[in-house]
Formats: sequence, structure tokens, C-alpha cells
Amino acid sequence: MKGVRWSLWILVAFFALVGLFALQLSRPKDDTVASTMVGKQIPSFQLPAATDQNPGLSSADLADGKPHLVNVFASWCVPCAAEAPQLAQLQREGVPLVGVAVRDEPDDLAAFFQQYGNPFSRVGADKVSQLQFLIGSSGVPETYVVDGKGVIRHQHIGMVRPEDIPDLLARLKEAQG
Amino acid sequence: MIAEFGLAALWLAAALAALQLVAAWLGQRTGGEALALVVRPAAVTQALLCGLAFLMLLWVFARTDLSVLLVAENSNPQSPLIFKIAGAWGNHEGSMLLWVTIMAAAGGLIALVERRLPERTMAATLGAQAFVTLGFYAFILLASNPFLRLATPPQGAGLNPLLQDPGLAFHPPTLYCGYVGLSIAFSFAVGALLTRQVTPEFAKVMRPWILGAWIFLTIGITAGSYWSYYELGWGGWWFWDPVENASLMPWLAATALFHSVSVLASRDALRTWTIMLGVVAFSMSMIGTFLVRSGILTSVHAFAVDPTRGTFILALLVINIGGALALFAARAGTIAEGERFSALSREGGLVINNVMLSAVLGIVLLGTLYPLVTEAFGVRVSVGPPYFNPVSAIFLFPMLVVLAVGPLLRWRRDTFTRIKLPIVAVAVVGLIVLLAVWLIAGIAFLELLGLTLAAVVAAAAFLPLRGRSLRRLPLPVWGMCIAHFGIAVALFGMSVDSAFTVERLSAADVGQTIEVGPWKVRLDAVEPVAGPNWTALSGRLSASYEGGPAHELTPMSRTFWAPAQTTSESALLTRWNGQLYTVIGEGTPDGRWQLRLWWKPFVTCIWLGGLLIALGGFLAMVGRVAADVRRRVATRKIAVRRAEVAAA
Repeated sequence: MKGVRWSLWILVAFFALVGLFALQLSRPKDDTVASTMVGKQIPSFQLPAATDQNPGLSSADLADGKPHLVNVFASWCVPCAAEAPQLAQLQREGVPLVGVAVRDEPDDLAAFFQQYGNPFSRVGADKVSQLQFLIGSSGVPETYVVDGKGVIRHQHIGMVRPEDIPDLLARLKEAQG
Repeated sequence: MIAEFGLAALWLAAALAALQLVAAWLGQRTGGEALALVVRPAAVTQALLCGLAFLMLLWVFARTDLSVLLVAENSNPQSPLIFKIAGAWGNHEGSMLLWVTIMAAAGGLIALVERRLPERTMAATLGAQAFVTLGFYAFILLASNPFLRLATPPQGAGLNPLLQDPGLAFHPPTLYCGYVGLSIAFSFAVGALLTRQVTPEFAKVMRPWILGAWIFLTIGITAGSYWSYYELGWGGWWFWDPVENASLMPWLAATALFHSVSVLASRDALRTWTIMLGVVAFSMSMIGTFLVRSGILTSVHAFAVDPTRGTFILALLVINIGGALALFAARAGTIAEGERFSALSREGGLVINNVMLSAVLGIVLLGTLYPLVTEAFGVRVSVGPPYFNPVSAIFLFPMLVVLAVGPLLRWRRDTFTRIKLPIVAVAVVGLIVLLAVWLIAGIAFLELLGLTLAAVVAAAAFLPLRGRSLRRLPLPVWGMCIAHFGIAVALFGMSVDSAFTVERLSAADVGQTIEVGPWKVRLDAVEPVAGPNWTALSGRLSASYEGGPAHELTPMSRTFWAPAQTTSESALLTRWNGQLYTVIGEGTPDGRWQLRLWWKPFVTCIWLGGLLIALGGFLAMVGRVAADVRRRVATRKIAVRRAEVAAA
């Protein structure tokens, strides 16, 4: 009767599965791919400098007491070029901006900065999307608000449009207080 | 009229399935021969009627009969004919009809040709097949009618552009033949349980069907992988997407199944385990279908998501799988244990293979369902390669070592000294490759191990031929060697691609040259191109390999207008040692273009390996079927001679 017992367990497991399926079927589906890292400490990381214009970026740089905007971008990404004027405006308003260049080359980045400007104090090279993955970013561009202790407070998905600036400033202020 | 004709044929087919089920059931209860005689013709007629219904669907799609709702939603008068026809199964309703058509055809085929089993077991098997098929008829007729008419015919909407590709014409039918072919294994298992006939003869009857389904699955997965590779435009060939996993899980179960069926056929061992796998393999097909069609998991393969449909398939799942598992629980104890064998034997190796494959199956199932479990507790996660790759490797890699050694072992009992020499030789090959790659390339651990094991499996694949007459070698042994070699080839491709791919993403000016690995790629021009139902921006690239002659590539960014969507058409350049993969994306405001370039060494080995695996399976199946045919002819001859002798 040994055979009977393990086959009963399979039957139980199967019906547990059916219960799970039924539960999921009865719920509405939400498909936005928001990062689960919002509200959590940014994982420890150390990225080398992406160009010789700026130093690289590490998790320690973000936990220096003031909130930062972390912009995940790439020179090969078209919306990233389109959001450059908005980032420049944020820089003019005194927002500390740091960049994470995803899967990029130093020469391409230098050309990109020459054309669209470089609003960043630090730019880390994320060659294999390692940090991008750690902070739950599913594409470029994305912009994160990280507070002075290095906790991710907000994730902005997609390009920063002019109308998004007040919201981002408010989030930064919130992170400060 | 055609649509109504198709619908009528479908209702009739469903009625025949009901008749088949009732006759088989009554035949089981009363032992009435007359009733059992109805079962086979009913199965064949049902298959013909269902095939007719499917032909009618193809017809309305070929003619673009826009008064049929499904055609109006999924076809477009301007599409080329092949996509018009492929549109018939590029949607939920049509693909379900294709599914049930294959299922009915498989049932009809076994009714027609299979004569080796006791008639009672055969009737029970066909009854089980009718039961499963009837559920799907009900699903189509009550919740997914493909022949629904529209009151006012509109313009057609068109097939999803990602699916407007020749790959689509063959991919789903191939995969469905595999999924649904496993329903035969399921029905055989249920039939054997009902009549308590788990014998080597039963295993021999079941084996070609499992192999057939498995070959289709292998080809379907290989083709699907290549299709997503060039169509999705990111150079990846496996994404651990729920739909890919949905095809991988039945494949793993079927692989375990036909190995354990071999043990049952040759040695009358592993009886309950084989029956269990027969149930599990088709259950995986059904669970996969449920996951995809109900929309409870997020996937690139979005079908029309509809909770009532999900509920319906869930009900079928409960009835079919739950019923079979309950039957198994009730009967497993009454099936006598099979022959015993020692741990170091062919059977022992196959048992390890089965356990490892089942473990990988469990890992893939867990990873696919895990997001659903956490979501039930309000946490959203996505499970990807960082989980699947290393965790499945934990079981896959030891299994590959067993795969290298197992075929050298004898049935029942063997000694290590007998196979010491070949094992040492293979181990030396592995060690040399390991050291060489490690010293020269210094790549990551998983890739290094993958390359080493590829060498080990390749070296061991043809060792079973040692000391045997190649001309008299049975086809199934050739099949085994080729399939195992195919695994080595695919693993080699995967490891090299993963370790040595060079990626270059850039925004390029026209005239600019970009380097990617050994290639220099120049963007010569970007030109507009018009197709039958799309317009495109086509990049003209000239690529030269290590300063050699220039080859032209034309990746495109296509904009479809029915329905409106933009897709990237990658352009590939294949050399013997790899592929250059190019994609053109959007333009920047200042006239530059997003270019994505990859040099992927030996990536084609992945699919070549897949095809070799399928070829191995094909040879094995042909060998088995040919042997069966020869045996039948011989028995007939003997019978004729006996009759002659008796007459004389």
C-alpha cells in the first residue's frame, strides 16, 4: 500500500494547485511592472566610471545624507535623449542627479553628453544590467528617488516629461523631510 | 453556409465522442462484445467529422468570409494567402479547434491500427480518449465557438503583426501535435489502470505514440525558440516565459516517460512509475494550456483573456487530471511490482535519468507558478533566468553525466570493471576540455561546466556502437546515439552563446562604422520600404568579418496598419561559426538611428542540436514501427501456412 500513499499526496498537491488557480482567476489582473524595491534599501553596489567626465557610482555615494535622483539611461535609447532638457532643468534647480548608463560604450556616451548635455555628478557603467536588475527597473529610461539613507522612495517609469517635474521635486522634498 | 456546415460537423463529432464513451463504458461493465465493436468505428468517424469542421474553418479564413466573427477579428483581406490560412489558428477559438482536431485524429488513428492489446484494454483506452476529447468539444461548442456569425460584417482587423510570419504557419500545429499526442499516452495509462493490464506489451504499444508526440514537441520547441530569437529582436533564444515553460514541462515529462517505457517494455520493471508519468505528461500539457489561456500569468503570448474560459479549462483540468490521479491512487496499490534490478545497470541509469528529469520538471513548474503563489499574498515577483538557469543546472548536469555512462551499461546487472576503460577515456576528454577552456578563455562557472559536459556527452554519445556490427545495428540504437549527440551539440551552442556573445547598442549616424566582436558594421543608408500590409524603415548595413568582403544586411522597423503596431525585423548573417544579429530601432531627432548588434558565436548549434534530438527520436520511432510491421507480416504468414497445412 506504499504506492497508494504517495499518490494521495500528489492528489492533494494537485488540488492545492487548483485552489490557487481558482483564487487567481477570481481576481482582477494588474499588469504594471512596478519595482518591488520601492520602500527598501538600495542593494549594495559599486559601478565603475562610465566616461572620464564623471566618477563612478556606488551605494555609499547615495547614502550621504541628502536625497538623489538616480536616472537609468543609455546613449542608444531614444526617449533618453528626449528627456535631456527636463533633466537639465532639474539640475539647474539644484537637484543632485546621478546616472546609471546601461549597456553602453564610453565613446558613445561621450558623444551623447556632448550633444544633449551632461546633468550628472556621477555616472556608473552598468555593463550587463546588473544594477538595473537589482533595483527592479524593466527598461530605460527610468528615474528613482533615493533618500539620504539610501532607501528607494519612488520609481518613475519612462521618460521625464515637463509635466512630471513638479511631482519629482515634491517626491524629493518628501524624501528629505 | 460553410460556417454552419462546419459547426454541424463539430456537433456530430461531439455526439460520436459521447457514443464512443458510453459504448466503451457499458462494454466494460457488461463485457458485451457487441458494444465494444462500436467503439473503434465511432472513434474513426469522429476523427473524420472533426477534421471536416477544421477544413471548413480553413476555408472561411482562406476566403476571408468577414461575416464570421472570428475571421473579422483576426484576418484582413489584404494579407497574403498563407497568413490568411494561418490566421485560422492564430487565435484562441481556432487554435482550440486545431487542438481537438489533432486529439480526435490521434484517437481515430489508434482505433484504426492498434491491434496488439486485449480488446477490453483497447476499449477502455478509447473510452478515456473520448472522455477527454468530449470535454474539449464542450469547451469549443459552449464557450469558444469559432463559427459564430456577425450581423453586420466589418473590415477585417488583421493578425497580430508579430504573428505575421511563416514561422507561425507551422509552429502551433507542430506543438499541438506534441501536446495532444500525449493525450494518447494518458488514455493508454488510464485504460491500463482500469483493466489492470500494465504489461511489457502495453509499453510496446504505447512507445511509438509517446515518441511521435515527443518528436513534435522537440521540433515545436526548437522552432519556437528560433522564432522568438529572430522575431522579438533582442537576440535571446529562451526567456523562461510561462508559455515556453508550458511547452518545456510536457517535453521533460515525455522524455522521462519514453525512457521509463523502455524499461517496462524490455524488463517489465517500473510499472506504476510509467503509468504515473503517462498521466503527468498530458497533465502538464493541460496545465500549460490553462496557464496560457486563462491569462493568470503575464506572458508575451497573450491570447484573448476571458475568465469564463479560464474557469472552463480549470473544470476540465479537475475532471481529467483529478480523475486520473484519483484512479491512480485507488489502483496503484493493486499493480504488482515489476522485476527487480541492481543499482549499477541500464535500468538503474534510467531511473536516475527519470528522477533528475522529474526534479527539473518540478523546478520549472515551481518557478512558473511561484509568482502566482506570492501574488496570492499580495507580493508581485517575476522569476527569471537567475533562478531557472543555476537551479535546473543542479539536476541537469549530473543527469548528463549519467547520460554519458548509462547507455554503456547492461540490463539487470553490470560491473564497473567492464566499462572502466570507456569511462576513463570520456573523463579524460572532459578534463582536457575543462582545463583548456578555463586557461584560454576564463569564463563563468556555469558556462565552463556546460562546455565540459557537452564534450563529455559528445564523446560518450557514440560509444554504445563500440564492438557492434554497424550494419546490423537496430535503428532505435542509432536514434539514441544521435539524440544524445544532439544534446551535446545544443549544450555546446548554449554555453558558447552565453559565454562569448558580444553585444553593441548604439545610436549611429549614416556612414558610421561600428565594431562588434570580429565584425565591422557600417550603416550605409536608411530607406523607406512598402510591403503588402506594412511600411518600413529599412537600414542598409554592410558588414565585414575580420576585414573580409562586405555582406549586406537589411534590418527593418516595420509599421503595420492592421492592426497598428511597430515590429523590429532583425537581419541575420549566418557563418559556420556563428551569427551576426542586427536590429534597427527608432531614429533620434538629429537623424541618427538606434542600432542593436550582436555577434553570437555558434548560436546556431542550439537549434541544430534540437533538430538532431528530434531526428534521433524519429529513427527510434521508425525502427519500432518497422519491427512491429515485420512482426505482423510474419504472424500473418505463419497463420496462412498453418491454414494451408490444416487444409492439406
